[in-house]
Amino acid sequence: MITTTPEPLEAAAASPMERSLRRFRANKIGLCALGMVGLLAVVAVAFFVLDVLGIPWPMDPDATNLERKLLPPDSVNWLGTDNLGRDVFSRLLNGAYISLTVGFVAVFVSLFIGVTVGAVAGYFGKWVDNLIMRFVDAIMCFPTFFLILTAVALVGPSIFNIIIVIGLVSWTGTARLVRAEFLTLRESAYVQAARALGQRGPKIIFRHMLPNAAAPILVTAVLGVPEAILAEAGLSFLGFGVQPPQATWGNIIADGKTYILDAWWLILFPGLAILIAALSFYLTGDALRQAVETRSERQ
Amino acid sequence: MTVFIIRRLLASVVLLFFISLISFFIITLTPGSPYPWGELNPKVSEDVKRIFREKFHLDKPLHEQYGFIMRDLFSGELRSIKDERPVLAKIAERLPATLALNLGALALSLSFGLLLGVYGARHAGRPPDVITSVLAFVFIALPGFWVSYLLAIGLVNYGAVPILGTHTIGVTFANGLEVFLDRWWHVMLPASILAIGGVAVQSRFIRASMIETLREDYIRTARAKGLDENAVFYRHALRNSVRPLITGIGMLLPALIGGAVIIENIFAYPGMGRLGYEAVLERDYPTLVALNFVTAALVLLGNLLADVLYAVVDPRVRLE
Repeated sequence: MITTTPEPLEAAAASPMERSLRRFRANKIGLCALGMVGLLAVVAVAFFVLDVLGIPWPMDPDATNLERKLLPPDSVNWLGTDNLGRDVFSRLLNGAYISLTVGFVAVFVSLFIGVTVGAVAGYFGKWVDNLIMRFVDAIMCFPTFFLILTAVALVGPSIFNIIIVIGLVSWTGTARLVRAEFLTLRESAYVQAARALGQRGPKIIFRHMLPNAAAPILVTAVLGVPEAILAEAGLSFLGFGVQPPQATWGNIIADGKTYILDAWWLILFPGLAILIAALSFYLTGDALRQAVETRSERQ
Repeated sequence: MTVFIIRRLLASVVLLFFISLISFFIITLTPGSPYPWGELNPKVSEDVKRIFREKFHLDKPLHEQYGFIMRDLFSGELRSIKDERPVLAKIAERLPATLALNLGALALSLSFGLLLGVYGARHAGRPPDVITSVLAFVFIALPGFWVSYLLAIGLVNYGAVPILGTHTIGVTFANGLEVFLDRWWHVMLPASILAIGGVAVQSRFIRASMIETLREDYIRTARAKGLDENAVFYRHALRNSVRPLITGIGMLLPALIGGAVIIENIFAYPGMGRLGYEAVLERDYPTLVALNFVTAALVLLGNLLADVLYAVVDPRVRLE
């Protein structure tokens, strides 16, 4: 006998978290994108470890071979070679961790600043809020990429500096969002109750209010990763990124642009890598946003 | 209305003050030397260093330096370290090209964003919407410099679209119209590439705003009285969902001007972004302070215009 278990309906008993998870699981594009993010992370970590252990696989990303320079993709060099005869495929895999590290860590920096600033502005309100938000408005007037370029050029390009600068420049969106959430949460009954019980500001902010603003913060965090990846690629392209010989997706294109009419593979593949990585994060972030949004767009 | 504009102007003055602080402190608080030569360069004598420090007020405390820089900036006395020309003059000669590029890209972002967003909302939840949504994210995720090179390869080999500079060199045109058209022809490619991300962002906002409007009661009323779906959609809903077109002006400008740094470099386009890149390479501090200040002030102006425009087109916005 065939028994079919009916799909569980969105029961009122399910917690918001369970409902969000269920909605996310129903989103095919989001799941694919999340899978892609996972794959990228595994590749990045794996090839970082291989690099540290000194295992050259598929080839040593830094080994030059002038007899085999600027060769199109073939059976030996799957994605061709660059002007020094280095294997583009190995360099792409080796550069993955730079992009992802910059993406994740810069977002952590920007979240840390953005959440703190937004929480303080939203919780205290009045002139504190006014002063902080005018400052945030002013920063938002600056062309972000130019600001990053200026700062990185002055501090000197290194992966650490790039992460710090991108983080320092890109927290304003998070701050605005957290502030808006906090202005609403501040008036809720449980916060009033906590205050009536005599709990102190920091404890109310971090124990009670922050967890309730976690969902939108998570969404902005995921959407912030590709922004940082693209900013790093742009910096690398202009020569202010992580310095050679370390391969990054941006500087493979920057080095390859001299040979643009002869060696299209030096431009095409690293660009595709950047596109795929950024797109996976954007689609994951968008799927998350749809899943946690209280009123679904489709209704 | 007047009161509203005056209040906005006053608020802008406060913002401008913060903007000046930020552009000053990015330069002074970042570690690294403000000298065009290395800090420890033995070939530079102490006298040269002292003269340089005095000339650019680097021997004064920070708050006085800030005062000097702002005074010089507003009186037009701030000079580039590289060629000693007034910074404002250098910026002014780049301004027309920058405005053409960025306003062109802004216009493209807003118009194509509107089309894509409306199309998505019209088919909300169905395959055409899913496809345009994914396409929008592809657009946002495209690195501009990569697209530029791919297009440049294609256009050099198979097309006749100019990929360098602002005008055809060595050709005299019969009249002003032809000069104008030639310039627009040159702006087109960089502006289109610059606009790619903006189109996508804009289409997402238009789509969301449209879907929101379609849930309103008056839309249900319009349907209930038997209007056909196109009339409901384009005549009733669309008008109330174009708010992102105006807010987009303020939101897109910083991204466009920032993105222009890379695009102008690739297409040898002499705008402010390229000036900025050159200043970064030469560690030309006064130019960097002034550029950051002027671009942020331009964005502020764009925001202000957007706010006023918003109030003009939407009578529901109270101006007090």
